[in-house]
Amino acid sequence: MFAIYPIVESLRLSLYQAGEGDGVFVGLANYARLVGEPYWAEQFWNAFKNNVLLFAMHMLIQNPIALALAALLSIPTLKGAATYRTIFFLPTLLSVVVVGFIWQLILSPLWGVTPAFMNWLGVGSFFKPWLGLESTALITVTLISIWQYVGIPLMLFYAALLNVPEETIEAARIDGLNGWWIFWKVKLPLILPTLGLVGILTYIGNFTASFDLIYSIQGGLAGPNFSTDVMGTFLFRTFFGFQAQLGDVHMGATVASALFFIILIGVSLYLFGVQRRLQRYDH
Amino acid sequence: MLVRERITSTGIHAVLIAYSMLALFPLVLIVINSLKSKKAIFRDPTGLPVGEAFSWKGYASVLTNSDFPLYFGNSLIVTCVSLFLILLFGAMASHALSEYRFPGDTFLGLYLILGIMVPIRLGTVALLQLVVDLNLANTLTALILVYTAQGLPIAIFIFTEFLKSVSREIKDSARIDGLSEYRIFFEVVVPLVRPVIATVAVFSMIPIWNDLCFPLILSPGEETRTVTLGVQQFIGQYTVNWGAVLASLSVAILPVLIMYVIFSKQLIRGITSGAVKG
Repeated sequence: MFAIYPIVESLRLSLYQAGEGDGVFVGLANYARLVGEPYWAEQFWNAFKNNVLLFAMHMLIQNPIALALAALLSIPTLKGAATYRTIFFLPTLLSVVVVGFIWQLILSPLWGVTPAFMNWLGVGSFFKPWLGLESTALITVTLISIWQYVGIPLMLFYAALLNVPEETIEAARIDGLNGWWIFWKVKLPLILPTLGLVGILTYIGNFTASFDLIYSIQGGLAGPNFSTDVMGTFLFRTFFGFQAQLGDVHMGATVASALFFIILIGVSLYLFGVQRRLQRYDH
Repeated sequence: MLVRERITSTGIHAVLIAYSMLALFPLVLIVINSLKSKKAIFRDPTGLPVGEAFSWKGYASVLTNSDFPLYFGNSLIVTCVSLFLILLFGAMASHALSEYRFPGDTFLGLYLILGIMVPIRLGTVALLQLVVDLNLANTLTALILVYTAQGLPIAIFIFTEFLKSVSREIKDSARIDGLSEYRIFFEVVVPLVRPVIATVAVFSMIPIWNDLCFPLILSPGEETRTVTLGVQQFIGQYTVNWGAVLASLSVAILPVLIMYVIFSKQLIRGITSGAVKG
């Protein structure tokens, strides 16, 4: 009950506006403001666009890296797999506050670890304060997030790959397929359900977990100039207010509810579309 | 053929080692620098904390000039109590779901899956109002309640998968022996699923210990600050004192690291078997 009540209550609040007592019922007017009024719409679409970018980058960078590392780890003859596994999962366990700050320090021009390293590689002139530039801040934050969270899809892929029956692999080997083709033609189709699961987890995490990292690196204003603003930080600002703007409970609830519907759409698509098709494939 | 295999294997290890370095480098950098003097931190960031460069000052100022011990205690209380509640209610609910047929059990199961899919954070706005109405703002109780609600669905999900595999005969024979349903649960079922309990515990503990969002919103007060929030505020105040900042980061990492080293085998086994079943 403690979990569902707040969401239902948020949905209810989003239909009201500040007024006497419990507020005035305004129907869907808040949603109309959110996408219609320039002040709100600009922030909303900016945050939404950044979330989409964030999701795309995680799908295109994080999940392939995770799959590749998991594929290497699951080679039966590999020595030291347990040690690698432990190391790869380590960053996932850390608090985003810690991770965010560690990378801020490392990328800081003040401390000079990164410039020194790049000089050593002979590419020192390419160094820029990436977190502070509007054009590169979002991608830098994304890469930090990937560094931290790659362990989760990695483990899921790894578990699925270990679960591929030995006989199937053996049969493919007898048919003359080498390791590379066995992976693409035999193992990958078999772990498709896991790919689907990782996809939906990435989708949910992208709308919720991204708040922590961005808030701890760039603050509630998601600077520079809102270039790293996501739904989470937008919600936080709307609800609690910042600088000159006062917090607004009803608009906050509206943003939260919009986010709820966005996630619900994704989850339903996954449950009714992707998963059903995958299950049919399974049997 | 053998030479080719060796080359392939070297290549694989090279890739894995390269990624290991990428994963470890930032952590190592923070820990070694937290043990150095301010001058050494800037002069040679990648040097080891030996000889002249070595200094305890960072840790000393964290432990004496700040409320870190208090934050640490808060985090410990919140994490332990929530964990206890999650494990107790989670195991009991899963036992009920897997053992008894009652009206609405499928619906309840679905409801819990929804709880996993839809994060509680979306309800933040209403949750804060609820907490204020209940006079729980700035208390550890508020955090404990929220974390228990947040952790329960996934705990129940994992527990149920495992409890289904506990054989019916054992429970039925206990029933014939005249044990009450409560005693069957505590004395027969719980000991059988002990390894799962460890998995669920680690899984539930990490997000609670590391959470920034709820402490920031529900209990930002000085008295009830958790370590994660404390570190975040500390960083803001002491950007000049790098030794202290780095030391505070190391202190915040430590408990999780210890837990992980102790439970890593069990945790990974839990993840692999859980994923296989789900």
